[in-house]
Amino acid sequence: MSLAEREPAPTPAAARRQALPRSLWIGAALSVVFVAAAALSFIWTPYPVDGMDIPARLQPPSWAHPLGTDHFGRDILSMIMVGARTSIAVALLAVGIGMVVGVPLGLAAAARKGGFLDEIIMRANDLIFAFPAIVIAILITAVFGASAVNAIIAIGIFNIPVFARLTRGGALSLWQREFILAARVAGKSATRISAEHILPNVANLLIVQGTIQFSLGILAEAGLSYVGLGAQPPTPSWGRMLADAQTMVSLAPHVALIPGLAIVLTVLGLNLMGDGLRDLLDPKVRKART
Amino acid sequence: MLRYTLKRMASLAVSLAVASLVIFLVVEVAPGDPAAFMLGINAQPETVAALRAELGLDVPKWQRYLDWVGGMLTGDFGTSYTYRTPVADMIADRLQVSLPLALYALALSTLLAFPAGIYAAARRGKAGDLAVMGATQLGVAVPNFWFAMMLVLLFSINLGWFSAGGFPGWEEGLWAGMKALTLPAIALALPQAAILARVMRSSLIDILGEDFMRTARAKGLTRRQALWRHGVRNALIPVLTIIGLQFAFLLAGAIIIEQVFYLPGLGRLIFQSISARDLIVVESVVMLLVFAVIVVNFLVDLAYAAVDPRLRSRT
Repeated sequence: MSLAEREPAPTPAAARRQALPRSLWIGAALSVVFVAAAALSFIWTPYPVDGMDIPARLQPPSWAHPLGTDHFGRDILSMIMVGARTSIAVALLAVGIGMVVGVPLGLAAAARKGGFLDEIIMRANDLIFAFPAIVIAILITAVFGASAVNAIIAIGIFNIPVFARLTRGGALSLWQREFILAARVAGKSATRISAEHILPNVANLLIVQGTIQFSLGILAEAGLSYVGLGAQPPTPSWGRMLADAQTMVSLAPHVALIPGLAIVLTVLGLNLMGDGLRDLLDPKVRKART
Repeated sequence: MLRYTLKRMASLAVSLAVASLVIFLVVEVAPGDPAAFMLGINAQPETVAALRAELGLDVPKWQRYLDWVGGMLTGDFGTSYTYRTPVADMIADRLQVSLPLALYALALSTLLAFPAGIYAAARRGKAGDLAVMGATQLGVAVPNFWFAMMLVLLFSINLGWFSAGGFPGWEEGLWAGMKALTLPAIALALPQAAILARVMRSSLIDILGEDFMRTARAKGLTRRQALWRHGVRNALIPVLTIIGLQFAFLLAGAIIIEQVFYLPGLGRLIFQSISARDLIVVESVVMLLVFAVIVVNFLVDLAYAAVDPRLRSRT
């Protein structure tokens, strides 16, 4: 290779940009595997998910059962696939609640910065931050009983201040910009400006944070169903599988190992994807966050 | 500083009042009457009424709220519906497990995260940094209760170094108690350590780019001296904030970890109370956890303002 052909040494920024797609790709690939497994489980699983086969219980992985069987002889691969569905549904809906409630609140707070509404919204946010997701879940469960829906609500409530703060922070820096001033001069109302100009410009931030909250939601769902506050039997969920596996762990370690690995890989995939997306979609916006 | 402190204290009081009101209202809408639940479906209406009076359920709601809050201010959390013992005693009993567990985990997480974060920042972009960052990426993805189960599998079942669960009580001696809390504390500390190491690293990297770091090198300090005398010290401020926040979440996170190790802490208390519909206990434990979060945040804010006067003008 001649000297002229050699590429210039990448600047740190360029090197970072080149390294990005890798974490993004690995993350996206892991996430797609689990979404695909969940989608596939609607039409096909290797075995019926509630198909008990007591003589074949606690079998280690084999050709017949690639991930082994649990204490009722149920096929673990099938349960993991259907469990992915539960995890994804709970985490996705919880992110949805957080965004649908939090984003408009954040936009409204930023539109009237320092106003009464802003003050109320930010104080309410601080208050919700004082309730860890597990505590919200405990309160809701104590009152209404345990279910997947209540887990969604608990995690969703926990997500609201996250999105409200993020939106407010992003929107506040945008309100200083000239194009917003131009829109105001043109006579647009604060609501219209928020919807037409602010929202599209904070969308990147929301997508990145959404990915992260989605992965946190999967962790939270697993934790809640592990302690019995989430999806109830017979709905398979990874957290419940781990709770069932606990007494079995010395007899058949794979029963505890596999659902845990499923959680780790999914969360890892989503986090890597979130990191990759953040670096990909405008590093400038990241700095604008307050 | 005094003005700032008073202002923050006022907002602390408001937060606590609103939080207690929210908790009370949520629990109040619970369907079912605890007295009727305790006596079963065949109970006579008079018996239920008598029990309601005994439990203090027959007075108006606002008065019960005031009694509850007033009681908590004086250390009287009411009487458990099922055990008929003071809730304050039950909580104090369980805190003997949960509080040391949270502190132990906090200490472990700090001991792990500081060297890892400082090392990664000092070797930014090199193999050591990438290894630490990879490990933290994994650390935040691992559910702590699953990690706990794996620790039990390895250290209790296969190696037999620790018991798989239970708590002997502090009367058995400090060593026995600490030993029983070691695996739970490690499990609780790991994801927190991963987060903390990341904060430590990015905070230190920011500081290393400051002019005063160049000045420190220019006046003849070695790289290592500059890092420790000027870098780490300044980087600690944001890290301490995160540690404060983490303590409250460790206390809440202990609820789940206690289930893995069958520890008689606040978590067990709260789940027993939920299944027994002992709502006054649920209410009080939740209030205590929220109180811990709010007060720790308040103390962190104050400590922050004491160190950095610029923050006092902000609310």
